[in-house]
Amino acid sequence: MSVARAERLVNLVLCLLSTRSHLTAERIRGIVPGYADAPSDEAFFRMFERDKTELRELGIPLEVGRNSAFDTIDGYRIARRDYELGDIDLEPDEAAAVALAVRLWDSPELTGAAHGALLKLRAAGVEVDEAAPAVVEPKVRTTEPAFGPLLAAVQAAQVVRFDYRRPSPTELRTRTIEPWGVVSWRGRWYVVGHDQDRAAPRCFRMSRIAGEVRPVGRPGAFRRPERVNLLEFVAKGSREDTAPPTTTVQLWLARNRAAGLRRRATPVEPRTLDGVSGDVVELKLFDPDSAAGWIAGFGPDVVVLEPEVLRKAVRERHLAVVGREEE
Amino acid sequence: MTSQERLPRLLALVPYLIARPGIAIDEAATELGVTPRQLRKDLELLWMCGLPGYGPGDLIDLSMDEDTVTVTYDAGMRRPLRLTGAEATALLVALRALLDTPGMVDADAVRRAVAKIESAAGQAEPSGVAVGLGVREGVSTANTRRVAQQALHTGRAMRITYYTASRDEITERTIDPMRLLIVDGRGYLEAWCRRADDVRLFRLDRVDQVTVLDEPAAPPPFAEQTDLSAGLYRPHPDQDLAQLILEPDARWISEYYPVEHLEELEGGRLRIRMRYADPDWMVRLLLGHGGDVTVEWPAGLAEALRERALRALRRSGPDRHLIPDPLP
Repeated sequence: MSVARAERLVNLVLCLLSTRSHLTAERIRGIVPGYADAPSDEAFFRMFERDKTELRELGIPLEVGRNSAFDTIDGYRIARRDYELGDIDLEPDEAAAVALAVRLWDSPELTGAAHGALLKLRAAGVEVDEAAPAVVEPKVRTTEPAFGPLLAAVQAAQVVRFDYRRPSPTELRTRTIEPWGVVSWRGRWYVVGHDQDRAAPRCFRMSRIAGEVRPVGRPGAFRRPERVNLLEFVAKGSREDTAPPTTTVQLWLARNRAAGLRRRATPVEPRTLDGVSGDVVELKLFDPDSAAGWIAGFGPDVVVLEPEVLRKAVRERHLAVVGREEE
Repeated sequence: MTSQERLPRLLALVPYLIARPGIAIDEAATELGVTPRQLRKDLELLWMCGLPGYGPGDLIDLSMDEDTVTVTYDAGMRRPLRLTGAEATALLVALRALLDTPGMVDADAVRRAVAKIESAAGQAEPSGVAVGLGVREGVSTANTRRVAQQALHTGRAMRITYYTASRDEITERTIDPMRLLIVDGRGYLEAWCRRADDVRLFRLDRVDQVTVLDEPAAPPPFAEQTDLSAGLYRPHPDQDLAQLILEPDARWISEYYPVEHLEELEGGRLRIRMRYADPDWMVRLLLGHGGDVTVEWPAGLAEALRERALRALRRSGPDRHLIPDPLP
């Protein structure tokens, strides 16, 4: 932004804050330095429109109105009570929490907004030491390309359309949703909204969105239901919360190998298998199905002794690698 | 510099300085994240702004000496602009997420900060952004975290027994703890590792034993915090590259690890290229997926995978039996 423009905008804000009555564009042109430079009426109005847009984008409450019934043209002013941040005074421990909160985001969209908030709090006299050490620092990243467009659509209440891939059964389908919110749950981002085709609320994982998120129609097209708890909606949908029963399995581990399994296992007795010395161990598993992949990864260093179903599952994986089936 | 950054700063600057009469320009610049030169430019600009009339008594007035600045007339700009919906959201959602952090001792301070900011920001729109860290912390992980917190608090070095999944190996290390982090729902300890002679992130659930040492923690002054913005796994261009075909059940690999090339194939299959530091790790990952991953190249990786599978099949075959260890 040119110096002249920055100066003009600051002067415009000060002028509109100081006036009680609404000032017409023509009056503003006469008062605020910078507008007199406009070579024509058209150039002035273009300039003024651009400035108004800029102020509104910054969240400055530009009031439009007339001073009396006799006025024929709208005027502008800024009501101080709508402009100014309320009084705020944070204790040192509260300011430390704010510093930590600002550092939570690792995201172009949200880091910028959090820093904007911090600047204003500081301008209100709050002292915040951004580098203060924290006990634990949580970090939330927004690397999905869909995040920015979806956040913008949520904030503008605009319908979006995107191609979404469901993993199993595999299908790629175009979805049209009214996005209510974006949710980060356990490090993954989701968008929650009303699915127009299914006429029901749905939740979509952002990493499974293929290609562009396209806005459809105008902003302000829908209202988010007031009582929906976005976080609960997503957390409920993830099945990881229920603690499954554990199964104890018996394995043979080659001596000094398969450290990842060994560190969780209880040794039973030393035994040699296939000419290799090793140990029989017991291991508690939460989910034998997904554990089969983990165990199979260790190859000949681990042999499942029981249960038979796990032994089979691991062998099947190895057979699939060499392209054979069990005889 | 875009106006998106400069105008908000210009509007905040006068109230900021009113709250801190006589502040050093360098100090203010650091806190506002600009160079002292830029800050002086901002101050010069504000000096030219003021109220209609624009005479000497109408313009913003600053008393500046070589190093410090004080506002002597504010032209009615006494308070900062209220928070925008996006700003209030970014800050309040982050604060609430902190409540969800294991080991946060100051939950009460967080709640008080939320209440004060909500009340100062006024009725903000319902935000449409939610964060749940959802950390699942087992008993031993919680214990590791508490010991690490204690070491950080008292500034002591630590001794840990650590499982490195990429090499499937357990090692003893002396480390100088730097900070505790939560990334993607998991706890990590960032520390200077004296064994690796570098900064390392240790996953708390992979620490098997932990003790706080008497000696002070002394990470070297050049030890830098890890930049996490690009993710936890940062493939190095020197690492080996493999081209794989993923069946639908193995697609998660492309969501979990950074991939360099991604091509949709028929039936929901994917062709990807990914880097790996350690061939043994890659073989373990692929072996666990059975037929759901096919190695297109390098041939050496495909051969190693097949080799391991064949040996595993032989060893787990019905003709192999457990026998007591031969006497030494």
